Amino acid sequence: MSKSLIGNHVRKLRFNRNEMTQQQLADLVGVTRQTIVTIEKGNYSPSLELALRIARAFGVPLEEVFYFEEE
Amino acid sequence: MSFQEKKTLFYLLSTFLIFGSYCLYVFQNAPFGILDQEDPFRFWGLFVIVLIPVTIVAKIILHIIFSIINRMVTNEDEPSFADELDKLIDLKATRVTHYTFSMGTVLAMGTLALGMTPNTMFVTFVGFAFLSEVAGYIAQLYYYRRGV
Repeated sequence: MSKSLIGNHVRKLRFNRNEMTQQQLADLVGVTRQTIVTIEKGNYSPSLELALRIARAFGVPLEEVFYFEEE
Repeated sequence: MSFQEKKTLFYLLSTFLIFGSYCLYVFQNAPFGILDQEDPFRFWGLFVIVLIPVTIVAKIILHIIFSIINRMVTNEDEPSFADELDKLIDLKATRVTHYTFSMGTVLAMGTLALGMTPNTMFVTFVGFAFLSEVAGYIAQLYYYRRGV
């Protein structure tokens, strides 16, 4: 399975939010911890809805969480 | 290993256990052996009809046992819902299951077309039904490990 072209700063953003755990983020956005792990590894590009929820959980615009790998 | 991976691996192993035990029991008690049934349609009809409830009951029991053991060992709660990744992986795994089963159905029809006995057709059919379930679980494990 090829890596997703969409990268993310989820891990960094979690760290900057008082080292929020993967489970805490998962609970905030309504998914399982496994999904957060897979997103962080870059093995899954979340749906637009989930991406927006993650951005809202961090209180930042979507572009600050997800980006194209070419950038 | 995540809960979902452990659960899928457990289901994979339990499929082997349930199907293996059931086949062992039925074939040991089959009066004329597997490929030499006097009435293959009745034998294989019963085989499938009984296998379905046996599998359902066994999987429920094994799932409860798995949940209890997992809770005791890891102190981790089972996710109460399936999110978008779980559903996507489930769909992709189901596709693998259907492809494998379809291939088995065509092969089973092929055995009849080649003039083989109905017993051979049923063995191919049931064998691929089992293989398709195994392939589905392996696909699920693969997608959880490598992503989608």
